[in-house]
Amino acid sequence: MSATTLAPAAAPMIELRGISRRFEKKLDFAGRIAKRLGAPVREEIVHAVDGVDLSIAKGEVVGLVGESGCGKSTLGRMVAGILPPSDGTVLRQGRDITVLNTQDAREAKLRTQMIFQDPYASLNPRMRVADIVGEAPHVHGIVSGRDWNDYVDEQLRRAGLDPALKRRYPHQFSGGQRQRIGIARALAVKPDFLVCDEAVAALDVSIQAQILNLFMKLRRELDLTYLFISHDLGVVEHLSDRVVIMYLGRVVESAPAAEVFARANHPYTVSLLSAVPRIDSRKRAFSVVQGEIPSPLNPPPGCHFHPRCPHAMPRCKVERPALREIAPGHISACHLNDAS
Amino acid sequence: MTAASISASPISAAPTLEVRNLQTHFFTRAGVVKAVDGVSFTVPRGKVLGLVGESGSGKTVTGFSIIGLVDPPGRIVGGEILYQGKNLASLSEEEMRHLRGNRIAMIFQDPMMTLNPVLRIDTQMIETVRAHTKVSHEEARQRARDTLGMVGIPSPDERLKSYPHQFSGGMRQRVAIAIALLHRPELIVADEPTTALDVTIQGQILAEVQKLAATTGTSLIWITHDLSVVAGLADEIAVMYAGRVVEHGLVEQVLDRPLHPYTAGLIGSVPSRNKRGEPLRQIPGMTPSLLSLPAGCAFRSRCPRAGEECGIEPPIREILPGRDARCHRPILEAAEVASA
Repeated sequence: MSATTLAPAAAPMIELRGISRRFEKKLDFAGRIAKRLGAPVREEIVHAVDGVDLSIAKGEVVGLVGESGCGKSTLGRMVAGILPPSDGTVLRQGRDITVLNTQDAREAKLRTQMIFQDPYASLNPRMRVADIVGEAPHVHGIVSGRDWNDYVDEQLRRAGLDPALKRRYPHQFSGGQRQRIGIARALAVKPDFLVCDEAVAALDVSIQAQILNLFMKLRRELDLTYLFISHDLGVVEHLSDRVVIMYLGRVVESAPAAEVFARANHPYTVSLLSAVPRIDSRKRAFSVVQGEIPSPLNPPPGCHFHPRCPHAMPRCKVERPALREIAPGHISACHLNDAS
Repeated sequence: MTAASISASPISAAPTLEVRNLQTHFFTRAGVVKAVDGVSFTVPRGKVLGLVGESGSGKTVTGFSIIGLVDPPGRIVGGEILYQGKNLASLSEEEMRHLRGNRIAMIFQDPMMTLNPVLRIDTQMIETVRAHTKVSHEEARQRARDTLGMVGIPSPDERLKSYPHQFSGGMRQRVAIAIALLHRPELIVADEPTTALDVTIQGQILAEVQKLAATTGTSLIWITHDLSVVAGLADEIAVMYAGRVVEHGLVEQVLDRPLHPYTAGLIGSVPSRNKRGEPLRQIPGMTPSLLSLPAGCAFRSRCPRAGEECGIEPPIREILPGRDARCHRPILEAAEVASA
């Protein structure tokens, strides 16, 4: 947690500066003709991520929270380097990853690995587990052919799988075991940074606890840094040092985990927290946030949250609030903070 | 194990539905899968029963059995589902069709399963109304409109003319709930209806459902894997494991003082029940295959309290007043051991 309050002296593991990602849907043939004839059609542009700054220190676990469509997965993919940003720069330990030479770029990519949500879709059904886990380290020369078998065994054991099962195919495993295979595959190329995109969302509660414990154990053993993307605030609260909350492509609040859950500042964070069902609640009236996430095709002007916000003022409709520090390490983007 | 001795309900009102020793088996090429194997419970009038379990526990098949939607190779092979003195399991398809959608309705996890994508909402709702009551087209439309308004859909008159794809996920689920409510059913079976939704939308739906159950006197069976959802919603909980109910009681009793080690394990593995950053308490191992259940208690191999007597299948019995569990070694306090 100290990593957030003290500015890290060394360059952060990953630093995003004003990063954006747009997806454009080009007009089809009929649309182009209609446009030429003067019809009011235009290309549809989705601002999936809109000017996000984020820095993750070495060894830190950052939880990225938001509802579907808020851009958290797109951000994760840009951090992992599998999706280029439209604007902005990604610095990996102080170096811009877009200007690295081929060798260094490959190195940087290998050191960041991603764990996906769906343990069914993210494993090649026609490959044996040993090959799924062992292919990348072999290709990248991390392990020699002679030591390959032992290396794969070690990776599987570390992820909590029995190496005797390595000749099997993914369909012969349960969901939790498949997620372990995905973790073993990611760790086989010796990364120091993992992007976990909803990595436990598809698992049963009892299995989810096993995988979360594995993540925490691996963090200690291998000194890993995580960007942990999830819609589940309970999971994020348990695992993260710092929590970042996104809404419609923008970061609205970021603070140390305990701080967010004790003193949430942004009205969106407050309503998100109150909507989470808690096992300790009994026969309670569920609190209601009004409305739904607006379409990212046509986001509201000013503060994106103002149509749903109980405290919205005229100013919120026109002016985009900037992220400001309201307590050490706690930033929030809300005009209400200016009034006080 | 007689059915009569185990159907004791903690709430002594005339039940809307009584399930006695239900057995639904699937006759597959690999063998007989006993998806539901001797499940008994009652749903009191106007109350919410939370049916909780992990994937493969048989909770969905139980719901499908009640509403008569078990497809081959599955079949109800034993037990009774009593509704107004009639055994639903022995009704003909014709008789069942008069009840289904009329007195007993279902809400599915994916609203696209309920809605026809190529028909407008009004067509589908009017058809549902007129399938069971002789009313004019205009009256049916009026009723559809009122019901849409009741589940919180803004401007229902216009929305009636929309197609399902023009709704967001949360709104689509509201339409599905509205269709279930059209005939003011006495019982609604809801199968994970909020699992695919965002937390703020889930909160809205839960609030609506809670309000409706209170005002219309409809009984609900809420099938879910998420203990936190039923904690705030349900009156009673039945926990299922490997096709059987392992614990049944009032929400506060089951969640505050679980008797069965499996229930205790499930509750313990919820992140908010653990200290932040510490390893989560986890249930070791995984759910056994229903094709090859071990003899005796199905939870034995994962249970921290298992002993020799667990080699014999424990019957479900009233361990404390109003509290049923299927365990030889329930978690009891010293004072309770004598009375049990």
